[in-house]
Amino acid sequence: MAAVIGACLIILPFVLQRVSEYYLFLATDILAWALFAISFNLVLGYGGMMSFGHAAFFGVGAYTCALLLVKTSCPLFLAFLAGPVGAALVGLGIGYLSVRIKGVFYFALITLSFAQLIYILVYKWRSFTFGDDGIQGIPVPTWLSTDVSYLNYYFFALLIVLVCTYILWRISRAPFGVMLKSLRENPDRATFVGIKVENYRLIAFVISAFFSGVAGVLFALLQTSISPDILFWGTSGDVILMGLLGGMTLFLGPALGAAIMVLLNSFVTSYTEYWALCLGVILILIVLFFPKGVGGLIVERYQERKKRKNS
Amino acid sequence: MGILEVKGLTKSFGGVMAVAGVDLNVKEGTIHCIIGPNGAGKTTLFNLISGYYKCDGGEVIFRGKNITGWNPEKILKLGLARSFQVTKIFPGLTVYENVQVPVLFNRGAGLNFFSDAGGMFKDIIDEILSMVGLGHKAHEPAGLLAAGDRKRLEMGIVLATDPKLLLLDEPTCGMSPHETSSTIDLIKRIADQKNLTVLFTEHKMDVIFSIASRITVMNFGSVIAEGQPEEIRCNEDVQRIYFGDDRCFSL
Repeated sequence: MAAVIGACLIILPFVLQRVSEYYLFLATDILAWALFAISFNLVLGYGGMMSFGHAAFFGVGAYTCALLLVKTSCPLFLAFLAGPVGAALVGLGIGYLSVRIKGVFYFALITLSFAQLIYILVYKWRSFTFGDDGIQGIPVPTWLSTDVSYLNYYFFALLIVLVCTYILWRISRAPFGVMLKSLRENPDRATFVGIKVENYRLIAFVISAFFSGVAGVLFALLQTSISPDILFWGTSGDVILMGLLGGMTLFLGPALGAAIMVLLNSFVTSYTEYWALCLGVILILIVLFFPKGVGGLIVERYQERKKRKNS
Repeated sequence: MGILEVKGLTKSFGGVMAVAGVDLNVKEGTIHCIIGPNGAGKTTLFNLISGYYKCDGGEVIFRGKNITGWNPEKILKLGLARSFQVTKIFPGLTVYENVQVPVLFNRGAGLNFFSDAGGMFKDIIDEILSMVGLGHKAHEPAGLLAAGDRKRLEMGIVLATDPKLLLLDEPTCGMSPHETSSTIDLIKRIADQKNLTVLFTEHKMDVIFSIASRITVMNFGSVIAEGQPEEIRCNEDVQRIYFGDDRCFSL
């Protein structure tokens, strides 16, 4: 199964390239968002924390890397690493102040507030962040450049996304992942098992922020220009929707959701400017009829078929 | 000296003294029962002992250490575990995972980020599950269990923390007579096998007299009697609280 997916991911860009470079761009875009959605799901799907501020980590990752590349002669390797590290530090700060908060609603509200604070900061601090002009023409080395073709960058992004996804997958199956799920299910009971709920939540939050930062960097280098929009709460909303669409109960569900969102966004926009309306309708239908998301639906169908075959 | 000693413990909520100077001495290896009418302060006492509430006065000494004011995690580490009147399990996880959580955590694996949790400590988890009689339901979602099985599962979760003293808050609450007797057998068997001390609250008289080796009676936040089941059975104060006349408990 994994081999088939792997082969597809390697063959795919060559096929897409024959059709149009634009599809290759879309595929790479999906990779970045998929990583973002998977890391976000560690917090929401596994840890049960409704973070409404993940745009902050995606955005800080992107901005840290982009600013270093634009303003200093920092090598790409270091700038790339600085993105997720910056995101993780911000995650540590926001997480430290938020994980104590009980109740889904309040947690969402406080993470949203912090993220908006960072958005305003980046938006207003023109001398440092270029404000609402954003950062244009982020310098990318020639071997990675997307000027002629997205092919190199696709494989670069693929490699990083696969490595990060593998790490997140191991974490989700490790004892830490089991602890995290128990906090989602019943934090009170977890306390009486001896688990320090806040500490575990904070660690999950920081890990998630780190990998969201990686996704942000991938996004920034793909676009080669970013604006404060990626820090706006809309981005936090998008990543939640990706989880809902794809299915939060599955590890790869959010990645599927990311693919659906990016594709819908790109194709529906070319037919109508009311793409958000279409997305809204699709989302309502999915929440009503397939609460486990598209991924959950596929897995359910697959298991049913397997059962029928066995009997 | 007892494994658990409570001295002059008090706690009030607003103007109500829920626990008003309770003294209690639980000896190691006993099955000790606390009885009393609704609102006598039994659950509050448990919440104080296990660190869920902070007390207003008095002290709690467990295994020779003064644990007054400690947080629940620390108290648990010392070997004092509790179950709840309203069962607390992890409903969305499987029965196996419910026990896996405390076993992994208790063996210091909670912050392991890279090993596959599936096979870790499988023997220990399976042993606990079969001890509480849930081995055959290991892969069912815990949220779908019947009330009796939920209590068993909770007992499994509690046992997985390797306790020395078990606090059970109405372990047979809401159970049918059949479930009750099998739960009582379970408590007895586990206490024997693991050499546990058990402190529990209960309303059902037949349950109490069939397993308790010592009984403490509470009313309005205070202890009004303590002794062997036989002494309690004929204690006048106890009878007055429960029946208002001089009848003995009939069994």
